[in-house]
Amino acid sequence: MNDMRIVERTVDTKEIKISARNCQVYYGDTHAIKDVDVDIEDKTVTAFIGPSGCGKSTFLRCLNRMNDTIDICRVEGEILLDGEDIYDTQVDPVQLRAKVGMVFQKPNPFPKSIYDNIAYGPRIHGLAKNKADLDEIVEKSLRRGAIWNEVKDRLHSPGTGLSGGQQQRLCIARAVATEPEVLLMDEPCSALDPIATAQVEELIDELRSNYSVVIVTHSMQQAARVSQKTAFFHLGNLVEFGETGHIFTNPSDPRTESYITGRIG
Amino acid sequence: MPVLWLVLIVIALGVVGFFAGRQRALASAGGDARDLHSLPNYYGANVFLFVVIPSLLMLLMWALIQPIVIENQVEGLIPESAIAEGSSLGLVMSDVRRVADGLDAAVAQGAMTAERASSIRTEFTDVRDRLGAVGVALGSDVGSEVLRAAQRYRALSGTYGWMKTIAVLGLALAGFAYAFVSTNKTFRARNTVEAVLKALLILASSIAILTTLGIVLSMLFEARNFFAQYSWTEFFFGSTWSPNFRGGSELGILPLLWGTLYISFIALLVAVPIGLFAAIYMSEYAGPRMRAVAKPLIEILAGIPTIVYGLFALITVGPMLRDYFAQPLGLGESSASVATAGIVMGIMLIPFVSSLSDDIINAVPQSMRDGSLGLGATKSETIKQVVVPAALPGIVGAVLLAASRAIGETMIVVLGAGAAAKMSLNPFEAMTTVTVKIVSQLTGDTDFASPETLVAFALGLTLFVITLGLNIVALIIVRKYREQYE
Amino acid sequence: MTDATANPSSTSPHSGSLLEQDPLTKKRNASEARFKAYGLIAVCLGILALVVLVVSILNNGLGSFQQTFIRLDVELTEAKLDKNGNRLLADIKKVSTFGYAPLIKTAMEKKLDDLGIEIEGLSEKDAAALISKDGPAQMRNRVIADPDLIGQTVSFDFLANGRVDGYLKGRVSMESAELDSNISPQQLMLADALREEGSLIKRFNWGFITAPDASENRPEASGLGVAILGSLYMMIVVLLLALPIGVASSIYLEEFAPTNRLTDLIEVNISNLAAVPSIVFGILGLAIFINFAGLPQSAPIVGGLVLTLMTLPTIIIATRASLKAVPPSIRDAALGVGASKMQSVFHHVLPLAAPGILTGTIIGLAQALGETAPLLLIGMVAFVREYPDAPPEGFFDPASALPVQVYNWTQRADPAFVERASGAIIVLLIFLVIMNAIAITLRRRFERRW
Repeated sequence: MNDMRIVERTVDTKEIKISARNCQVYYGDTHAIKDVDVDIEDKTVTAFIGPSGCGKSTFLRCLNRMNDTIDICRVEGEILLDGEDIYDTQVDPVQLRAKVGMVFQKPNPFPKSIYDNIAYGPRIHGLAKNKADLDEIVEKSLRRGAIWNEVKDRLHSPGTGLSGGQQQRLCIARAVATEPEVLLMDEPCSALDPIATAQVEELIDELRSNYSVVIVTHSMQQAARVSQKTAFFHLGNLVEFGETGHIFTNPSDPRTESYITGRIG
Repeated sequence: MPVLWLVLIVIALGVVGFFAGRQRALASAGGDARDLHSLPNYYGANVFLFVVIPSLLMLLMWALIQPIVIENQVEGLIPESAIAEGSSLGLVMSDVRRVADGLDAAVAQGAMTAERASSIRTEFTDVRDRLGAVGVALGSDVGSEVLRAAQRYRALSGTYGWMKTIAVLGLALAGFAYAFVSTNKTFRARNTVEAVLKALLILASSIAILTTLGIVLSMLFEARNFFAQYSWTEFFFGSTWSPNFRGGSELGILPLLWGTLYISFIALLVAVPIGLFAAIYMSEYAGPRMRAVAKPLIEILAGIPTIVYGLFALITVGPMLRDYFAQPLGLGESSASVATAGIVMGIMLIPFVSSLSDDIINAVPQSMRDGSLGLGATKSETIKQVVVPAALPGIVGAVLLAASRAIGETMIVVLGAGAAAKMSLNPFEAMTTVTVKIVSQLTGDTDFASPETLVAFALGLTLFVITLGLNIVALIIVRKYREQYE
Repeated sequence: MTDATANPSSTSPHSGSLLEQDPLTKKRNASEARFKAYGLIAVCLGILALVVLVVSILNNGLGSFQQTFIRLDVELTEAKLDKNGNRLLADIKKVSTFGYAPLIKTAMEKKLDDLGIEIEGLSEKDAAALISKDGPAQMRNRVIADPDLIGQTVSFDFLANGRVDGYLKGRVSMESAELDSNISPQQLMLADALREEGSLIKRFNWGFITAPDASENRPEASGLGVAILGSLYMMIVVLLLALPIGVASSIYLEEFAPTNRLTDLIEVNISNLAAVPSIVFGILGLAIFINFAGLPQSAPIVGGLVLTLMTLPTIIIATRASLKAVPPSIRDAALGVGASKMQSVFHHVLPLAAPGILTGTIIGLAQALGETAPLLLIGMVAFVREYPDAPPEGFFDPASALPVQVYNWTQRADPAFVERASGAIIVLLIFLVIMNAIAITLRRRFERRW
């Protein structure tokens, strides 16, 4: 099994993109995230792992305030993006989400053409000066999403007609099109077959050169394959956070070890 | 024997049968219910059903067939000469029936003996006066042929009535005997009873088909009579509506259709934006408390009967529009107008559009909204560019359903739109609709031989076809849309 | 795959602090606020329409529950009412209402003399006209009910003429009376005088709810008695027919029907019937029940049959929904202990679905109660003054119905009938509110979530 092989990586100290301090999340009366402190670096893939219901997705959704859409959800503490508190009352979540893009568990292309799916973000954020500009952005984003070659001849057919893996890469391309600085991915491969998963993972690795990527995953192998940093969540607590190689080979917390070796999950 | 009594006797017989059957089953098992195939009550029910169902069916058939048979036999008694100019056999026959009823009433009240009723002759008595005295008013003097036919009618009714009683009771007794004899402990009573029950259930569900059939046939039949007297091209393409009960009417449907469509258009103009925006606000923006108050309040509008809206148009909206808009602008003097009816109908349709749209908007998966919000779209951008386009087919379906409601609506236009058939663009003018004319042609004194009355059936058929078409298209669209997300 | 690295983005378009909004975001947020405001406006417009509707009806209609009465002491002279002096009912009945009218006139004259009221230009006939044209009939009924009153002086509370009633309710003024051939300012002055003296009073009017309709020129005497009874009879017919048929057909469709052409046909039919315009059902009733089957016009039985057909889809849809809500495990459990399919349905599924069925039925009945258009076509617009008999014969007697009575009154010239129509609507709405409240309570109380 070379899935579990930990790639030798040179880990440089990079600038910190997002840092959370004392972060608490409540769903009504439930305390879903407790005291999480984490620093997410630029141009790095950070993986959040942990058993179901441990709060990893909840925390991910805090990073671009997607939790605002849930009425009963309340966030306390501090989450800084480039040193600015994203939960400051002055902050417009719309602007925030343009900087911190998101890809979801289930591929969710809009019921529009492939072109319109990609052009949606640039249009609402006014990124293109004219049609030619927009065409260029669409092509660039589809190339970055590693799907250009598959769809370049049918840009105006509906995005819902693609296969699952293609749809997910389309969604990644769609997120990239708004030129975010951080890309959040919530179990992006859980609805895909192994081949599509491999393609998406390869893509994630390539995206690292431009973005800070945060990925929530169920699969430890996936975390090991794609990430440089790993955070292990358990029952709403951040148990351990560090170099991926370190977490998988030499965890310091017994809970992490139990999870990695399959005793809890 | 009155039908009610007959029914009661049959049912009483059935009840007796129930206990007899139950008893016999138990007796055949030596009093031990465990030896029976089915529970004892099923044996009783079996006998009951065998008594009641065939005989009541017979009664029903008889009631349908008897008048036809009698009419056929009595018609022969009326010579051509007895049918006056401008009259018809049908009219004379209805006279015959009325005289026969009158004689019945006279006998029942004791004003005439039964013998006298069957033997009086017009030559000796003024039948009209005598019947008038017991409260049966006749339009004209009774001719001797008519009187004789009426007496024959009574005689036949009496004879057939007795035959009916005997046949029904005989069938009930036969059913009793058959079911009672076949009752023993191995008889599968439950299966039989359940099969009969199931047949009844199927019968009940087929009423929906029968109703549709009844609607279509009754309108087709009368509309055919209409088109036999009036050319269909003039009906469908005529632009004048001026019925005249002395003949020479012009019965073009176009002005009515114009009024109908104009009013429906205004109604949709009011209902669609308000309903759609209200649905969007309530499903995407409103907090739970706001929703809990506003949603039922708006839905109350759907539970208010249309006559209430009609009165609202008549006494409030109409005068208001006239005083504040039509008169100052010099557009009209009438409080009944296209705008009045349209606006009030629009109010009626608001909850219809909003609750349908609400369902449809809620059927758009949340992941779609997340996708858009995650890209940094605002809520309104998400709604306008993702949710509404995704829900569009469903919303179109809802609007079509609302349109079909508007086209078929009656009371609001009867009270709010006016009665003048006109084709004008001025919304403050009174115009009329298909439904208004159906009401006015079919209420009051009607003569089912004249095209002025029969035209209502042609109008009804047109209305039915239009609304049915809209409904089917709308349902197909909505269903397609639902499948897309299921 | 080198696509990703082909065009590394060097500059982010989202430069600048999160804490301040760039112009585009400001614009977008403004449009967001506008859009939200449109939604709020739409909701408010809907609610406003409801409020205006209710207020307008209440405003116009509440007055009809109050009526103006005039108290007069009338001497029931034997010479006029019972010439033979033998108190035989048959003889007393021979005196028509015309025989009573002069007594009212005399009583009014006496009243004016007693009070010393003198109004210039007011004839004795005009003074007596303050009393409703229904007054003599009111008196006659009372005398026939109790012949011993003859010869005595009896105090009557007569209905006041509709215009006088309108004067007290602000519908008629001195100026409008000037132009009105039915009332003069002098008569109104007399009304004022009587009011001051206390014999002209406004009080709650039971007659509005219990009395039958009255003719064109005596709005003050008209009531809803026959209409309420007619509506009640129709609801009984609808309940007796629609509930069993609706439930039976839902049970078949939901529990037994195989998926085949026939079932499909039935389902399509039901959903289409739910959307057929109500007036078409009226045409059906006229053609089938009256012209073909020969049932009497204006009879509650025909109205009930038509409304049954209209209500069936509502009941079937509600019943099927609540049958569907019963989990299959219940059916399996019953079948598992050896019950037949029929037994599992009737013993277990149906009782569990009963609250939902009942709620649907009440809502269907409420719909049927307010339906007007089809009833117009089957002759329920006729002017009916006689109460129908008790059921079942009463089902075949002519009657009116609440919503049709409203329509009827709107077609009359006297403005007093507008008030009556609105009042009738209030009565109708009260019935609807009660029915819906029962339905909601039932649902709240028995609704079960599986």
